Amino acid sequence: MLRYTLSRLLSLSISLAVASLVIFLVIEILPGDPAVLMLGVNAQEDTLAALRDQLGLNGSMLTRYVDWVGGMLVGDFGTSYTYRTPVADMVGDRLWVSLPLAIYALTLSTVIAFPAGIWAASRRGSAADVGVMGITQLGVAIPNFWFAMLMVVVFAVNLRWFSAGGFPGWDEGFWVSIKALTLPAVALALPQASILARVMRSALVDTLSEDFVRTARAKGLTRSQALWRHALRNALIPVLTIIGMQFAFLLAGGIIIENVFFLPGLGRLIFQAISARDLIVVESVVMLLVFAVVMVNFMVEIAYALVDPRLRRR
Amino acid sequence: MTDLRTDSLPPSGAPVRLWGRALRSRNLVIGAMLTLTFALAALVSFAWTPFDVTGMDIANRIKPPSARNLLGTDHFGRDILSMIMVGARVSIAVAFVAVGIGLVFGVPLGLWAAARKGSLLDEVIMRANDLVFAFPSLVIAILITAIFGPSALNAIIAIGIFNIPVFARLTRSGALTLWQRDYVLAARVAGKGAARISVEHILPNVTNLLIVQGTIQFSLGILAEAGLSYVGLGVQPPTPSWGRMLAESQTMISFAPHMALFPGLAILLTVLGLNLMGDGLRDLFDPKLRGRS
Amino acid sequence: MSLLRIEKLSLDIGRHHILRDVSLSVDPGQIVGVIGESGSGKSMTAFTVMQLLPEGAQASGRVILSGHDMLSLPEAALCDLRGNEVGMVFQEPMTALNPIRTIGDQVAETILIHERVSKSEAMARAREALNRVELPEDRFPLSRYPHELSGGQRQRVVIAMAIALRPKLLIADEPTTALDVTTQAQILDLLKRLVREDGMGMLMISHDLAVVADMADEIVIMQNGVVVERGPCPGIFGALKHPYSISLLAASTHAPDRAVHVEEAPLLRVRDVRRTYRLPRKTLFGPAGEVEAVKGVSFDLKKGESLGLVGESGCGKSTLTRAILGLEEVQGGEILLDGEPVFTGHKPNRDVRRRMQVVFQDPYGSFNPRHRVDRLICEPFHLLDTPPTGADRDRAIAEALTSVGLSEADRYKYIHEFSGGQRQRIAIARALIIKPDLILLDEAVSALDVQVRAQILDLLADLSKRFGLSYLFISHDLSVVRVITDRCLVMKSGEIVEQGPTDQVFANPQHPYTQQLIAAAPDLPEIA
Repeated sequence: MLRYTLSRLLSLSISLAVASLVIFLVIEILPGDPAVLMLGVNAQEDTLAALRDQLGLNGSMLTRYVDWVGGMLVGDFGTSYTYRTPVADMVGDRLWVSLPLAIYALTLSTVIAFPAGIWAASRRGSAADVGVMGITQLGVAIPNFWFAMLMVVVFAVNLRWFSAGGFPGWDEGFWVSIKALTLPAVALALPQASILARVMRSALVDTLSEDFVRTARAKGLTRSQALWRHALRNALIPVLTIIGMQFAFLLAGGIIIENVFFLPGLGRLIFQAISARDLIVVESVVMLLVFAVVMVNFMVEIAYALVDPRLRRR
Repeated sequence: MTDLRTDSLPPSGAPVRLWGRALRSRNLVIGAMLTLTFALAALVSFAWTPFDVTGMDIANRIKPPSARNLLGTDHFGRDILSMIMVGARVSIAVAFVAVGIGLVFGVPLGLWAAARKGSLLDEVIMRANDLVFAFPSLVIAILITAIFGPSALNAIIAIGIFNIPVFARLTRSGALTLWQRDYVLAARVAGKGAARISVEHILPNVTNLLIVQGTIQFSLGILAEAGLSYVGLGVQPPTPSWGRMLAESQTMISFAPHMALFPGLAILLTVLGLNLMGDGLRDLFDPKLRGRS
Repeated sequence: MSLLRIEKLSLDIGRHHILRDVSLSVDPGQIVGVIGESGSGKSMTAFTVMQLLPEGAQASGRVILSGHDMLSLPEAALCDLRGNEVGMVFQEPMTALNPIRTIGDQVAETILIHERVSKSEAMARAREALNRVELPEDRFPLSRYPHELSGGQRQRVVIAMAIALRPKLLIADEPTTALDVTTQAQILDLLKRLVREDGMGMLMISHDLAVVADMADEIVIMQNGVVVERGPCPGIFGALKHPYSISLLAASTHAPDRAVHVEEAPLLRVRDVRRTYRLPRKTLFGPAGEVEAVKGVSFDLKKGESLGLVGESGCGKSTLTRAILGLEEVQGGEILLDGEPVFTGHKPNRDVRRRMQVVFQDPYGSFNPRHRVDRLICEPFHLLDTPPTGADRDRAIAEALTSVGLSEADRYKYIHEFSGGQRQRIAIARALIIKPDLILLDEAVSALDVQVRAQILDLLADLSKRFGLSYLFISHDLSVVRVITDRCLVMKSGEIVEQGPTDQVFANPQHPYTQQLIAAAPDLPEIA
C-alpha cells in the first residue's frame, strides 16, 4: 500500500510539473509580449517597461518559470495587475464560494445517483429501470445553464423561494449562504447525477453477471443480498472514477453557472481576468484548478486501493 | 467533454441483418429521427428560412408564437424558428469538425500506442493524454478563445483538442484487446508488420467503438458550443447561435419565456437524439450489452 | 428413497428447447456422472436443480430434492436450501470468488446466511472447512484474498464454501475443466473423499468421459437436451446401445490411422534456446527482475515426423512456440529450419517463415470477423515475394479448401457462418495454402468436442500422408498427444525433462514428473 501510494505521489508530482510548464509556455510565450497583451498595442513604451519590470519579464524565461513555481510553492501567486491585490487573496476569497458549491453539487449528485442507479440495476428491464433511464437520458442532454435559467423563472421569479442570484457571503450566516447556493448546486448536480446514475447502473449490471455473484447465490444469498454484499463494492471502481472527474468538473466548470447566478466564484474570477487580460491571475487560477484535478485523481486512486486488495500489493 | 462511458469490446460476429435489427431498436429510431430533423433543418436553412435572420423588424418584436412566426420573435423582431434553423447549422458544424479533429489525431495515436504497448512511446502518448484530461476543459476553451479572439474556428479547436485524448484512449484500449486475438498472431506469423496489422485487422474492428463514442462526443460538442456561445466566446453576431440566443433571452425571461424555451429545447432535443442514437448503435453492434447502459 | 429425483424435466429458454423429458436420480453417497458435449443441456440440468436459471426460462416436470419440489418452491425457501441442502462447484475457479473479500469471509458467509451463529464461530467453522479441503492454516490463513491463490487452490475454496454446512447433495459442473491434469487429479480425489466422508450424493457434470468414468457409480449420457443412455459405471461401457454414446466412446479413444514416413534428416533443430522476460520493477529505482521462461531447450524434429510437446500451463511451451515461429527473439541458442536460422540478425527470416505455419487453439478468435474466407486463408501469401494472383490464386484457394474437406464455395462466406470444427478446418487451410514443410499445432484440438476432435485428428493424419507434412503438436492433453505423435517431449519449468518415442514415454516414463503426469491423466476403462 505504501509503495502504491508513493508511486501515485510520484506520478502526481510529474503531472503537476509538466502541467505548470505547459501553462507557463502557453500563457507567456504564445500570445507574444504579455505586457502588450495586457495594456493593448497603443500603450506608452514607459508604461510597458514598468509593467514588464513588475511582472519580472526582464529576466530569462527559466528564471521567470522558477520564480513563478517557487512563489506558488510558498503561497505567493503574484499580484494581480488589474486589481493590484495579491492573487492569493483573491483566489482565497473566491475559493470559499466555488469549493462549497462543488461539494454541495457533488453531494446532491451522489445522493440522487446512488439509489437511482442501484434501484434501476436491481430491477433491470422493469418499468422502474426504464423510467430511471429515461429521466437520466434527459438529464444528460439538458444544458445546465438553460436548466438554471428555467429554475430561476420558476423558483426565484414566480414562487420567490430563492433569490435569482448573488451571494451574501458566509458572514451573513450559514443557512442564508447555503440557500443562495442551492439553485446553482441543483443546476450543476442534475446532469452529473444523471451521468453518475447511468454509470452506477451499468457497472452494477456488469458485476451482477459475474461468476462470483452466481457463486454467492449458490450459497443461499437472495438476489438483493448478493447485490449489496458482493456486487456493489466491486462496481464502485468505475463509479469512483466518475465521481473524481465530476468533482474536478464542478470546481472548474461552474464558470457558466456562476455567470447565470452572478456568483463571485473562481469561474467568474477567471472569466473576468481573461476579459481584463490579467494573465497573472489566469495563470495562477488555471494552475490551481489543475492542481485540484490532479489531487482529486490521486485521492480516487487511493480509494481504488482501499476498495480493491489487488491494487494494494503493487 | 470527456468520455464517461465504460469501454465495450467489438463484436466477434460479422455485420449481418443489421438493418432489420436497427429498425426494431426504439432508441436508435427515435434518436436518428431527432438527429435527422435538426440536420435537415440545418441543410434547408442554406436555401430557405421562413424569414431573413439578419432582418430586424422592431414592430414585431417579442411576439409569442403565432401563425406568422411559429416560434415567435425576439427583441429585434427576428423570427426565432429561422434563427434556430441557422443555429443548427453552426452547432452541427462545430461539433462535427471537433469530432473530426479527435478522430484524425486520436485514432492513429491510439493505434500507435497499442502497437508499441509498454514502450516509451506508449507511455508518452498516454501521459500526454492524462495531462490534457487534467486541464479543466471549459477553462482552457475559454482561455483559447480569449487569447485568439472569439470565433467559431477557435471554438472548434478548443472543443476538438479535448476530443483527441478521448479517442486515443478508446482506440488504444480496444486495440490492446484485439492485439491479444489469435488472428493478429496469425497475421504476424504471415510476416505482417505492426502498421499493416493496425490498418487491416485492428482498425476495422474498433470502428464500432469509434462510431458509438463519436455520437457521444458529437453531443458533448453541441453542449460545449452552446456553453461557449452563451458566455459570448463562440460564434459572433450576426450569425445566430443557440447559446447566444439563450444569453440574450436571459434578461427578458420573465415576460418573454418563449425566447428562452425554444433554443434550449433545440439543444436538449439534438443532444438527446445523438445520445439515444449512440446507445442504440452500441446495442446494435454488441447485442451482449443490450440494456446495460 | 432417492436424494434427488428428476422426472420428465423439460426446459425452454425463450423459444429454444434446452431439455426434453430428462429423468435421473441420485441416492445418498452415490456419484452420478452426467456426460455430454457442448449444447447437450448437461449444465442447464444442474442449474435447474439449483433453480438458478437465466431469465425467461420455463421448466416443467418434477425436480424433488430430499422431499422438496424445487420447481414450485418460492424463492425464499429456495434460498434456505441452496448452500444448506445442496452445494455447487463451478467450472471457472479464477472468477468464481469475489476478488475483494477474504477467503475466510466468503466461506463463513455460507454459515452466517443459514445459521444464527456469531461471526467468530462462523470463522472458526470456515477454518475447519478450509482444513478439510486441504488448505492448512499456516499457508492459507482466513485473511488471504483470492488473487493470492492458484486456480486449484481457488477451486478448493469454492468446494469449502459448498460443503461448509455438509449438504446432502453436491453438484459439480465441470469442476476440473479449467485446471491442469495433475491439479485435476487432486481435486477429483478431494471430491471423492468428501463424498465418502459425508455420505453426500454428488451430481458430476463433465464433457470428459474419462474423468467421470474414474469416479462415478452411475453414468447418464446426454445429447441435445435428451438423456440417450444411462447405466452403472463402469459396466455401461461394455453395454452401450445408443448410436450416439457408442460413437462418443469411440471418438474418445480414437486413434487416427497414420502411415509414418520419417526421414533421418532433421527439419527443425532447436539448440540451447533461452528466453528470459524482464519483470516489472518492484521498487522505483531497484534492478528489474528477470524470469527465465525457457532454460536451454534442445531437440530435433525430423522430416515427416509428428512430434509432441507436452506440458502444463506456465511450463514455457507457449514461449517456445513463439520463438520457433520467429515472433520473438531468443536470448541464447539457435533455432534452425533445414539449416536456416529463424532469425537473421534481429529480423525474422522470411525464407524460413514461409515454410512454417501454425494453427491456434481458439477457433473463435483465430479469424478477423470482417474478412471473407478467401482473404483469411490467403494471408500467408504475404510471405511470398510474388503472391499468386487471378486464376492462380483462385486455384490455390480451391485446393486448400477442398484439402480440408470444405467446398470451394465456402470462400465467399464470413467466419461466423461456420461451426468450431469447420473453423479449425479453415485454420488448417490457411496453414496449408503456402505449402509449408512444418505446421505447429498449438493446442489445435483442445477446444473441440470429442467427435469433432476425432475428425480433425483424422484430417491431420491424412494431410501429413498426402503432403509429407511434419507437425509439432503442442498440447496439455496427453490422450491427444498419445494418438497423433511419433515422439514426444515433456516440458516442465522451462526445461525438457524427458523425450523419446511416444509409446515408450507413455509405457515406461523415466522422469518422476512424467510419471506423475501419466498417473494423473484419467483413463477410460479398457472394456471398449
